[in-house]
This record gives sequence, C-alpha cells and structure tokens, in this order.
Amino acid sequence: MSNRNYLNANYNVWSWFFTTDHKRVAILYLISITVFFLVGGAAAVLFRLELMTPEGDLVLPETYNRLFTLHGIVMIFFFLIPAVPAVFGNFLLPMMIGARDLAFPKLNLASWYLYSLSGLFGVWVILTGGVDTGWTFYTPYSTTYGNTSVLSAAIAAFIAGFSSILTALNFLVTTHTMRAPGMTWFRLPLFVWAHYAMSLVVLLGTPVLAIAIALVGIERAFHVGIFDPKLGGDPLLFQHLFWFYSHPAVYIMVLPAMGVISELITCFARKKIFGYTFIAFSSLAIAVLGFLVWGHHMFVSGQSMYAGFVFSFLSMLVAVPSAVKVFNWTATLYKGSVIWNTPMLYALGFIGLFTMGGLTGLFLATLGVDVHVHDTYFVVAHFHYIMVGGSLMAYLGALHFWWPKMTGRLYPEGWGRISAILIFFGFNLTFFPQFVLGYLGMPRRYHVYPEEWQILNVMSSAGASILGVGYLLPLGYLVWSLRYGRRSGKNPWRASGLEWEAESPPITHNFHKTPIVTGDVYDYDPTEPVELETEKHPEKVTVQ
Amino acid sequence: MDSTFQLFPESASQIADRVDALYLFLVAVALFFTFLICVLILYFGVKYRRGSLAERGNPPRSNLLELAWAVVPFLLSMVMFVWGADVFYDIKTPPADALQIDVVGKQWMWKVHHPGGQSEINQLHVPLGRPVRLRMVSEDVIHSFYIPAFRVKQDVLPGYYTQMWFQPDRAGTYHLFCAEYCGTEHAQMIGSVIVLEQDAFADWLSGETGDPPEVAGARLFERHRCGSCHKAQGGSGPSLAGVFGRRVPLKSGESIVADEQYLRSSILNPQQHIVAGFQPLMPSYQGQLNESDVLKIIAYMKTLEGNASASGEDTGDGNDQPPETEN
Ligand code: HEC
Ligand SMILES: [Cu+2]
Ligand SMILES: [Cu+2]
Repeated sequence: MSNRNYLNANYNVWSWFFTTDHKRVAILYLISITVFFLVGGAAAVLFRLELMTPEGDLVLPETYNRLFTLHGIVMIFFFLIPAVPAVFGNFLLPMMIGARDLAFPKLNLASWYLYSLSGLFGVWVILTGGVDTGWTFYTPYSTTYGNTSVLSAAIAAFIAGFSSILTALNFLVTTHTMRAPGMTWFRLPLFVWAHYAMSLVVLLGTPVLAIAIALVGIERAFHVGIFDPKLGGDPLLFQHLFWFYSHPAVYIMVLPAMGVISELITCFARKKIFGYTFIAFSSLAIAVLGFLVWGHHMFVSGQSMYAGFVFSFLSMLVAVPSAVKVFNWTATLYKGSVIWNTPMLYALGFIGLFTMGGLTGLFLATLGVDVHVHDTYFVVAHFHYIMVGGSLMAYLGALHFWWPKMTGRLYPEGWGRISAILIFFGFNLTFFPQFVLGYLGMPRRYHVYPEEWQILNVMSSAGASILGVGYLLPLGYLVWSLRYGRRSGKNPWRASGLEWEAESPPITHNFHKTPIVTGDVYDYDPTEPVELETEKHPEKVTVQ
Repeated sequence: MDSTFQLFPESASQIADRVDALYLFLVAVALFFTFLICVLILYFGVKYRRGSLAERGNPPRSNLLELAWAVVPFLLSMVMFVWGADVFYDIKTPPADALQIDVVGKQWMWKVHHPGGQSEINQLHVPLGRPVRLRMVSEDVIHSFYIPAFRVKQDVLPGYYTQMWFQPDRAGTYHLFCAEYCGTEHAQMIGSVIVLEQDAFADWLSGETGDPPEVAGARLFERHRCGSCHKAQGGSGPSLAGVFGRRVPLKSGESIVADEQYLRSSILNPQQHIVAGFQPLMPSYQGQLNESDVLKIIAYMKTLEGNASASGEDTGDGNDQPPETEN
C-alpha cells in the first residue's frame, strides 16, 4: 500500500511498545486479550474433559480447582472486562466522535502495560502458586486457608482493575472534551453512550475491589480480625465488598457489548435505531441500578431475610432497561433491509442469547427459586449466557465488523458465517444442559458428581468442543486475511459513522481534516439499494 | 436417588412443590419471551431481508409502544418478586415446634448431632412429616448445606450460627451436597438425607448410642474447669445460673441478650464482650473445644436454672439437672 497509515507508519518494534496512538494500543490489547482468551479456554477444555465422567479420573481434585480458578480469573479480569472497551473502545471511541486520539494517550499506553503485566503475573501466580479459591476469593478460605499466592492473584486482578480505571477516565474525558464540531450528545453513536456508562461504573466500583483486597492483605499480614471470625472478623463482609464491585463488573462486561450490538443492528438492517434515547438512557439506568443489587448473590449466605427482599426487588428493576433494549433492537429490524452477514449473525445471536441470559437472571432474583439454584450449574449457565452468549458474541461481531477498518482487509465471508453458526449451536449445546443440571441440583465447582447426571454433562462437553472449533476458525481465517484477504475500501459496509469516513486502515491522526458533523446519527435508508464490499467479485474491487 | 437420566428433580419436602410451581411459572415467562424475540427476529429478518418485496422505511417512533414494553416487563417482574418473596418467607421461617438438630461442617465432612445425643457423619436421618430445624455452624471455612430434593440450602458459616428448616413429605434417601466451594475435597463433602417413617425413625434413634448433649456438655464443663471461676457467688466469673436468654450488661455500657450466638462467642472469643463488673480473665477455648463441644456446653448451660440453687458449682453431675428437651 502506498498510503501511509497507522500500521505502516513505522515498522520499528519500539514504535509499537512506545506508541501513544489509540489505534496501536487497541491492537496491542487485541493481541494480549487473545492470548489470555486461549489460556482461559485451555483450562475450560481440560475441566470439560474431566466432567465427561462422573468420577474424578482425569485430573486430581486440586488440579481441577486450580483449573476453574484459572479459567474464571483469566476470563473475567483479563478477557471479558477489557475485551470490548480496550480493543474497540480504544480504537473507535475517538474516531466515532471525530477526535485525533484519546484525551490522555500516554495514560492509555500505561493502562495496557498495567493490564498485560498484571495478566502475566496473575497467570504465573495461579499456575505456580496453586491458587484454588475460584475467582470469587471468598473469605475465610482465601485468607486463612489459602496460601500466600492468593493475595498475589488478587493483587493481579486489582491491578487489571486499575488499568480499566485509566481507560475509563480516558473515555469520560475524551467524550466530554474532544467531540468534533456538530457532534452533539444526541448524535453520539450508542457505542459511545455505552462506553460512557461503562466508564462510570468502572470509576465508582473498582476502588471498592481495591479496598476489599487491601483488607485481605492487612488481615493476612497483621492478623487483624476483619473477615476471619476466629480473629473476631465477619466472613460476610468480604462478600459484600466483593459483590459491590463484581456485580457492576457484569455491566462493565455487558454495556460495551450492547453498544456494539446497536451499531451492528442498525448497519445491517439499514435503519435508524428504534428508540435512540431510550437505549442511551437505559445504559445509564443499568449503570446506576447495577450498584444497588449486589446482595442478590447472598440470599442464602446468612444475610437477613429483609435484606433479601430489598435486593430481590431492586434486581427485578434492572430487568426493565435491559428488556427495553432487546425490544428496541428487535423493532429496528421492522421495515428494514436486513443483510444476513457475519457481524449481523453475531448481533442477532447476541439478542437471542442475551434474552435468555436476562430471563434466567430473573429466576435467580426470585428469592424462593434462588435458594434452590444458588451455587448450582443454573447460575453457571445463566452467567455464561450473559458473558459468552452476550459479551463474547458481541466481541466477535465487532471483530468482524471493524476488521476491515483496523487492518484494511476483508475477512472471508463464508468462513465467517460458518464459524458464527457453529458458535451459536455449540454454545447452546454447551450451556443449555447446564440449566437442567442446575435445577436438578448439581452444585458448581464439583469435579465428581452423581452418575445420573452424566448424559447432560457429556452433552455440555460435546457442545464445548464444537464451541472450541468455532472459536479457532476466526483465529485462523482472520490471521490468513491479514495477508491474503481482499483490500477494503473506506466503508465496506456502507455504514454511517465517522470512523467510516477515515481511510482503512486510518492514518495516524485518523482524519485528514477534522470532520464536521451536520447530520443525524444512524442515517440509514432501508429503501436505498446497497452492495457490500464482501459481496463484490474480486475483479471488480478497486481500492478507494 | 434414581440413577437413570433425569430432567426434573424429585421432590420430597413441603416447600418443594411450591418452589417448582414458581419455577414453572418463570419457565413459562422465559419461554414466551424467548420465542417471541426469536420469532420476531426470524420473521422480520426474512420478511425484510434485503431484496425482498416488503415495504420498507423508517417508521416514526412510538412512545406508547416503548412505554408498553417497559411497563409489561416491570409488572411481570413484580409478580415474580412478590411470589418469590412469599415462598422465601416460608423457607426462612421455621415453625416453633420443629425438631432441632445440630449440624457442624468442617473440611470436608458434615457432623450431625441429634437432641438425644445420637451423632452421625455425612448422613442425616429425619422423620417423615415433622418439621426439622437445623442449627448449623462451621469449624473452618464457609460451607453450604444443600438438599436438592427439599429445594433448600443455607450457607454454614464459621463463627455464626445459621439455621434452615424443612418438613420431609416423602420417605427415601436423598442427596446432600456442600454447595459453597470450600477447598480441595469440596465435591466430596456430600452425603445423604434419609427420611424415615416416624416409627422407623424412633427405632433408628433408639438403635444409636450417645449421651444427650446437656449431659456431655456437663462433662466438658467439668473437664475444662469452667466451674473454678463460674461459681454461684464470689467466683472470678459471673454465675452462669439462668444465663441463657438473660440480658447481660456489658463493660462497654451496652447490654446484650445471651442467646446461643452470644454464649458461643463467650467461650471461643471471650474478649469480644466483657460482662460489666468483671475482669477479662476468661481464657479463650479456641483450639480446645470444637464447635460440637461448644454446642453441648451451650445445651448444658441452658439447663442451669436461674432461680434454683443450681449453679456452676455443682457441675460434677449434669444428671441432676432436669434434662430439657429442646422443642
Ligand atoms: C479463669 C476463669 C474462667 C474460666 C476458667 C472460665 N471462665 Fe467464663 N468467664 C470468666 C470471666 C471473668 C467472665 C466475665 C468476663 C467476660 O465476659 O469475659 C466470664 C464470662 C463467661 C460467660 C458469659 C457470662 C455472662 O453472664 O454473660 C460465659 C457463657 C462463660 N464465661 C462460659 C464459660 C465456660 C463454658 C467455661 C469453661 C469452658 C468458662 N467460662 C471458663 C472467667 C472464666
Ligand atoms: Cu450480580
Ligand atoms: Cu464445600
């Protein structure tokens, strides 16, 4: 390519390690996140194999416990929390608002270093130190009985949290101060709104995680009774602090994903989004309500019955803004011009799976039922519908949608669809049986189980292998496309949004001159015929 | 415990059917909305696929519609909330006449103590049709006592008594699990709950041996020389006659009702509450008395009458105390 862009601006390795370009930082994140995803996935492969039989015959119990701990900590703190915001938020947020970079580019790079180092440290500590507390680090098991590595692993999780604080701060300031002329708040893409709401949650929630971890450290070091009842502490205090952060963390993982879905649906339904303001404000509503519901993880913990009533009620309320979004996305299809390509398959898959995840969340918020299904596979299934069916599907949709923008290449559409469909079916086969297992009473974190549950577990493991193939395919063909993929023009999807006015890949400063926004957001017209670049015959393609 | 393929758990307690009814209601709501969304997506997606002849356009927004789909989920979720809270209230509220059994969790086993002194490990025998209240505590980390067939579960905490109750309504043997992750052998912290007809249960009880807890408690009280300080008068510790349920003035100026929780912490964490007018001389028995022992001593202390002459002095013979049945 003759044009200078952010990728070929400088080939020196140090130009990557010292880059302050938000797009390059996003690529760094993309690479590290993929590595952590593979680590977390490998752990899942091993324990799904173990669960093929009711006996504990493949790995030792302590190995099993370390595997699910590794899987949980890596997937949550080092994959899902940073996935959409750190890769796509970083890359796109400045472009979507017409800015040259984020407000604090150096801070942005620093956050990647914090994240990567804490991630490597975390994985190393878990593997060598044998951390087996689960990602929830419940006291007093983690404080009194776990070994010292537990604290190191928790610190790694916290540093990763600190890195997301820096990212969040960057997003908030950038959105406030760096919008292009004419980019009013209600012309912001919903992706930006979602990241704005997420950033608020990160800033308010993460410090509480820090406090909890600091207290664990103080208790271990100085034997002050905080959580350990033997020292006069309160074992439930930790759970309150932990969930005060970790419930909102669910929204840290989901809100950006919702932002992605709003972009994909409008583009491939060729329509204005239905209920823009409702969607924008429901993100904020979710962010606020998300802080008031942590006690729904503690209905059988010994917390008072009346606290249970309050938390159940508030948790029900969160369902409303989520439902509003689902209906709005669905209604956006009405009278549109729907294109069933890979990103859209992921987006539609997201809506279906997220709906199921949300509805089963209501089961857990319903007190009388939660007593039975709490800490069973029902919960495991529920949050995988939200985290994998929701956030991960959105992440993959985003990866395909913005791939041409990030790399200047088109991915092979046929392979894209095959993997999207495999993932959808593999996912359901993996996790749907777990709802049934949960209601039957199979507790989570069990490496042996009664034999009458084997069939359902084998189904789940079989689904996981399909899912595994589904995830490896994009890894293969996306890397392939970097070299062999067809070149993409500025706007391969004929999408609206400022990022599509930049070159593919964009130049270092994003735009040749600062864009001026005059029109409305999502300016799609379903009656207008459209041809996507992925659909053109190779001969006809001309690089724009 | 039927070892064939299952889709729905067996139910064996008074609350199980009510939990299932609520669950099925939720399943119905979930299926309805999942199908609604999936059908709409497929219908719109096919009907309005690019190139089809359907009429297209950007319809004007409808506030009414948007309000409707905020209000309907809200109302439905309130039904779930109220119904769920109602069932929960009953799960949490044991009847006064329940049979009380003690459960002590420890890595990785369950110890069960019946009021008649019978003990078992990883098994819980209960009578059919009679409410049973479990008073539970852990020796180490948090565990959770879970009987899927009864649809009940309660975390078992170190340092705090928690309780749960159920009324078995079908004889049989059911799974007992630890549901809160508690370390290496968490998945082996399992056992069974055996529901026996009332007669069979009485037979079972009489076939087991063991001293009633208050008798065993009296022995422990003597062995650990509690009576050397706790005398009727003039001891370095307060008289324990009638201590259970009494309002105790504390050095800090507050006062506290001496319930089981308080008595437990007086023995294992004496520094936590110092009784007004006394020195903090009482040694902690942590490490010397386990949770089962403490439960027994509490049972014994409950038998010490306040008004009678009985006091900490004649600890030698627990048998002359009127054995109190706990329910
Ligand atoms: C060295 C003397 C000493 C011994 C031995 C001792 N205690 Fe105490 N105990 C005290 C003192 C002094 C207090 C009051 C100060 C306090 O609350 O710690 C007390 C308080 C108590 C209380 C709270 C009483 C109230 O009125 O609220 C209980 C219950 C109790 N002890 C039980 C026991 C038991 C059971 C044992 C034996 C396992 C025991 N004590 C052994 C000195 C002793
Ligand atoms: Cu939560
Ligand atoms: Cu356990």
